[in-house]
Amino acid sequence: MVTIETLKKRKSRRFSSDRIKVFLFLIPAAVLLLVFLVIPIFQCLYYSLFNWNGMGPAEDFIGIINYKKIISDNVFLRALGNTFAIVGLSLFVQLPLALFLAIMIGRGIKGRAFYRTVFFLPYVLSETITAVMWRILYNPDPSRGFINAVFQAFGWKMQDWLGNMNLVLFSIFIVLTWKYIGFHMLLYITGLQNIPRDVEEAALIDGVNKRQMLTYITLPLLGGTIRTSAYLSVLGSLQVYAIVWIMTKGGPVNASEVLSTYMYRFSFVRFQLGYGAAVAIVMLIISLIFSVTYMSITRRTEHIA
Amino acid sequence: MSDSDAKKSLKFIEIIPVILKYIVLVLALLFILVPIVIIIFGGLKTRGEFYTTPYMPPIPPKWGNIIKILNMPIFWYMMRNSIVVTLASTAGVVIVSSMSAFVFARIDFKGKGSLFQFFTLGLMFPATVAILPIFLIVRQLGLQNNLISVILVLTTFQISMSTVILRNFFMEIPSELQDAAMIDGCTTIGFFWRILLPLAKPSLAAVASLAVVNTWNDLLVTLVLIDKERLWTLQLGVMQFQGQYGQDLSLVSAFLILAAIPAVIFYIFAQRHIVSGLTAGSIKG
Repeated sequence: MVTIETLKKRKSRRFSSDRIKVFLFLIPAAVLLLVFLVIPIFQCLYYSLFNWNGMGPAEDFIGIINYKKIISDNVFLRALGNTFAIVGLSLFVQLPLALFLAIMIGRGIKGRAFYRTVFFLPYVLSETITAVMWRILYNPDPSRGFINAVFQAFGWKMQDWLGNMNLVLFSIFIVLTWKYIGFHMLLYITGLQNIPRDVEEAALIDGVNKRQMLTYITLPLLGGTIRTSAYLSVLGSLQVYAIVWIMTKGGPVNASEVLSTYMYRFSFVRFQLGYGAAVAIVMLIISLIFSVTYMSITRRTEHIA
Repeated sequence: MSDSDAKKSLKFIEIIPVILKYIVLVLALLFILVPIVIIIFGGLKTRGEFYTTPYMPPIPPKWGNIIKILNMPIFWYMMRNSIVVTLASTAGVVIVSSMSAFVFARIDFKGKGSLFQFFTLGLMFPATVAILPIFLIVRQLGLQNNLISVILVLTTFQISMSTVILRNFFMEIPSELQDAAMIDGCTTIGFFWRILLPLAKPSLAAVASLAVVNTWNDLLVTLVLIDKERLWTLQLGVMQFQGQYGQDLSLVSAFLILAAIPAVIFYIFAQRHIVSGLTAGSIKG
């Protein structure tokens, strides 16, 4: 008698033979990742050991001299410092602001969809459009640049937003906030929606006040979302490129130089490809260290929780 | 103090946070919207008006700048290139990632964990960080100044995120469904094609929408791999245009408006999918 069991077995035998075919499904993605990510990185590692202008084969082997030059270059250190400053500002100014707005909007405000749509709009506009737009707004002449027009109208001191070495990084950070605050807000709003209603209701019945609710219930339950948003924010800050390059090209006098503009300048403007490759490797290592640290931290805290 | 007075002052105290809340919200809304509005105003003025009344609404709107740009053949080349790159990369991302996500969600094999790690490498190394290695390999392949290279690279750097999102969705589809299909004589590939994909339409829409936004907005990959003007995308065009016509801010503003319109239209129609893709990718991933 043919039972369901034998049928299943027969099917599963056939199934295992076509399972092998299924592995072919992995090939396209694997090939793309190998060709455009893994192999290039190893090549880059190789070229970083050469003094090479990109023309002809790399022959002038110089070992780790490129790396030594990077570490002792003040402009690189400046770029590194600026990148970390952007990371810090994003984590400790932009994200709290986004969280604050999300909590406000998340708590039954009329027209929630409208606020969400507006705040998220800049995320959809490209960094290129954003940068050109803000370059116009930051124009120091108040009859051309809106920001200084506002400052003039209020009788405040007008500023050369992108030309002042002490101000330029801050001006860029404003633009980054404009572009990305909605994205983080969106993550937080979704996180808030995922908090089970009954937990909050139970707390209310137990006589918890609003502030206690926020610090002891809402924020801890939002922990996972905050971690993810922080991770994405850091990763994004490490690779800020278009906004800085279009608005200032890293200037004035390297005051807004970041890692990616530094790498771009040496690789694609000065064509010192060996040196640029070494900078790229340093950037990769920074991203890697950060990702690995993040993963080990989240894994540990998840074990505790 | 009478009872009703006490009530009134209590109400007033309760109202203060609400007022503050709305003040903060309105300020935040202005911060986001005013820059956009100012640029739209600027783009709909003549050059002269832009400098005499830069921030007044353009009444009546002057379409001269817009028309001037629409009459530039290069604008339409850029538009075409952007559309080609976006559609092709999005199709590539959806096809390639749904295939790999299927294997990771549905089939058990040795070393699955580490292979999956390999497939998520792109999460750690965004294209910006790897742009020089990419440039070198594309040059070796002789694919510079060829939109195919842009398409392949943009596809590659979205595989990781999309695979993670789709895998999570695929895993939610009950395995009984697969067993039933198998008993009915469906092959694994048949199950994928005829049952899983139709069921996963919302997640495919999310991944595709996200890919459209990311691809459409790319600057760096195109900038590094393309220098032939005819192959520029809109983003590259915006950057070059502001360098070339930097003095005529009303013309630049008009170009910004035109370059932004496709993204905004897409946003209006696909907002739900973009949002669900982003939140699925970052909260579950």
